[in-house]
Amino acid sequence: MDVFIAIVQILDSTIRLSVPLLLACLAGLFSERSGIFDIGLEGKMLVGAFAGAAAASVFHSAFIGLGMAILISVAFAMVHGFASITHRGNQIVSGVAINFIAAGSTIILGQAWFQQGGRTPALQPGERFDAIVWPGADAVRDVPVIGPIYAELISGHSLLVYLAFLMVPFTWWVLFRTRFGLRLRAVGENPAAVDTAGISVAWLRYRALICTGILTGVAGAYLSMVQNGGFVKDMTAGKGYIALAALIFAKWKPVNAMFACLLFGFLDAAAIRLQGSPLPIIGKVPVQFMQALPYILTVILLAGFIGKAIPPRAGGVPYVKER
Amino acid sequence: MAQAAIELIGINKSFGAVRANRDINLEIARGTIHGIVGENGAGKSTLMSILYGFYQADSGEIRVGGKPASIKTPNDAIALGIGMVHQHFMLVDNFSVLENIILGAESDALLKSSIAKARSELDRLEREYGLEVDPDAIIEELPVGLQQRVEILKALYRGAEILILDEPTGVLTPAEADHLFRILKQLKDQGKTVVLITHKLREIMAITDNVSVMRQGTMVATRETNKTTVGELAELMVGRRVLLRVEKGEVEAGAVKLAVKNLTVKDSRGVTMVDDLSFDLRAGEIVGIAGVAGNGQSELLEAISGIRRAVSGSVMLDGKPIDLTGAADPGELRDRGLAHVPEDRHHVGLVLAFEENENSILGYHDDPRYLKGPFLNVDAIVADAKDKIEKYDIRPGNPRLKTANFSGGNQQKIVLAREMEQDPGVLIVGQPTRGVDVGAIEFIHKRLIAMRDQGKAVLVVSVELDEIRSLSDRILVMFAGRIVGERGPEATEGELGLLMAGVERQEAAL
Repeated sequence: MDVFIAIVQILDSTIRLSVPLLLACLAGLFSERSGIFDIGLEGKMLVGAFAGAAAASVFHSAFIGLGMAILISVAFAMVHGFASITHRGNQIVSGVAINFIAAGSTIILGQAWFQQGGRTPALQPGERFDAIVWPGADAVRDVPVIGPIYAELISGHSLLVYLAFLMVPFTWWVLFRTRFGLRLRAVGENPAAVDTAGISVAWLRYRALICTGILTGVAGAYLSMVQNGGFVKDMTAGKGYIALAALIFAKWKPVNAMFACLLFGFLDAAAIRLQGSPLPIIGKVPVQFMQALPYILTVILLAGFIGKAIPPRAGGVPYVKER
Repeated sequence: MAQAAIELIGINKSFGAVRANRDINLEIARGTIHGIVGENGAGKSTLMSILYGFYQADSGEIRVGGKPASIKTPNDAIALGIGMVHQHFMLVDNFSVLENIILGAESDALLKSSIAKARSELDRLEREYGLEVDPDAIIEELPVGLQQRVEILKALYRGAEILILDEPTGVLTPAEADHLFRILKQLKDQGKTVVLITHKLREIMAITDNVSVMRQGTMVATRETNKTTVGELAELMVGRRVLLRVEKGEVEAGAVKLAVKNLTVKDSRGVTMVDDLSFDLRAGEIVGIAGVAGNGQSELLEAISGIRRAVSGSVMLDGKPIDLTGAADPGELRDRGLAHVPEDRHHVGLVLAFEENENSILGYHDDPRYLKGPFLNVDAIVADAKDKIEKYDIRPGNPRLKTANFSGGNQQKIVLAREMEQDPGVLIVGQPTRGVDVGAIEFIHKRLIAMRDQGKAVLVVSVELDEIRSLSDRILVMFAGRIVGERGPEATEGELGLLMAGVERQEAAL
């Protein structure tokens, strides 16, 4: 039964670790499906994390924190839009710039406001999103098999975890069942077709970036207000890039994105769990190798194990009316 | 004449220094098929894009159904009942037919009702106009003829009363084109107005009621189709230009230098552009290939010079074959004495960001004359460029200047100097004087004739009839990928014009 408990625990942390990836990945999906490459997911998550923790700590409210995280993250998404949609700048350069501004400004403002070396104050109960315990979770905990699954895996996560997973069918529904989704997919494939149909390409892409900003804001809030009890510098630690990798791996589809993020989350969880404990046959594996495993796998998967991933055709290209 | 569906009054439009439309006046009668002809670049597409709200005219007035209309966006045009089928389809390739049709014309925020509505509407349009297409098919899996039908359906779904088609037959097979024409006639019978933009005169004669001719941005004439002839239209289209005859003596043509046999070339869309074409080019003669742009001349040049693969056929250079199936290497062809002045000097002939001297050796940069060990011998290259500048009167005479800063004529001279000074046995020149000022034209023509007098074989492709007639010892007329006639330099403009329009040889002789 020990093995079973261990597996449930690994799966449980898989869920927790994949949530920020999933939110960022869906954020990237909105942006890239509209034809705007967004390497700045990382930076937007980071400012979201900072704004969320800072506001929650100052106003003593988790929801004000979440709102602020979303607001600031959307503002950064609009900067990306202004550079790459309105001024037709290079989308990669703009995204990288956002990452740098985010990394630097969060530390400077954090130090200036809270004097804790760039951290925000540790969040108190009520300033964080607490775990929601589902009815009867404690009662069934000791029931074999079903008990741990219900109590550990399904119950006992924060609101944002459930929100993240609900975003998967919701994103699918928006993309494939609404007018906005149809136009969004069209503008990422052939903006000229959208333009000649009498729809504004720029406004459509701005709206896609607003969706991106909202989701990266939630992802950031999750990092600083759920996973951690406050903001720590550079706490996104490359999750924005892993989310982009997951997006390609998922071929820009929402349900695939969920599985891709769960896989990356699982690798992360397994790496943490297996640190220091000897594996059968192989023996003791260095910690560093386990930590590097998700990244190694990313390279291998993206190098050709996923078949051909066709990105949105107009991705990365600013729209200019041709002569 | 019936009531006008559209009136354009004094339309002007410039792109930078280029005046694409000047003082255009045009009246299109309701319930007719109105053709607009002109060569590529005459301004037809620009004019229609203004009507569709894709561009704004700099000045002028548009009236739709007699009322002044302000068309600022395609939405305005759609609201006025104007629909457009673009030359390059405005479809989302990985969407279904239905999704493409409702895009931008959805009835509410959710797709379900829009799709249901479009499905039944499509059914009706199908029955009314014979426009069958599977509504659930994915666009990229449909042949181009059907993709075009989707574009027409898109316009009709939006309630178009006036349908503009921009070069609709360019991508179609003859059978598909015939089907399209039947559809257009049916639309006209239902009271719709059709505007057909094309450079193919045969289509104009076959289907239109009225025809307007554009040339170099101006509207030169409007005729009733049954009161005009292909010959008149061809002449109006090409226009009589100032003759610049260059003196040239008689030269005996020598051995065959370049032999093209049964050459077939397809373009990137898979449309056959050069169709089983054969000709010989001999030492000491200039052969001119005349034709309306877009009849396969570009593809022919590209295939011979090793830039584009041919589907079948052979080309012999000095009696030895050129590998056309893919391994043809332009560099190797240069070594074998075939020099090429490409049609499009900005994209193919020059690197505009390079200095003049760098461009003057481009493609020949492995020549030991320009090398010092593994490095470029800059001093030698600049000296060599100076030499060419002198010989070809390239201005300004500074070999270290960026090529983009030279005028079009001087850029062309840089390319010509580079290719001619390598002393090739065969010289292939595409549009030798496109965008070149009058003084430079004469200079370039003299140079080409000098090449011929030295016993070189020269092939000139040009859409300028005067140029072809003034340079060539033999004129081949290309139409729809084939050579439809051979004439001497004494052929008249009208005679060549008829051939260029694809009218049969017997008629042309009359």
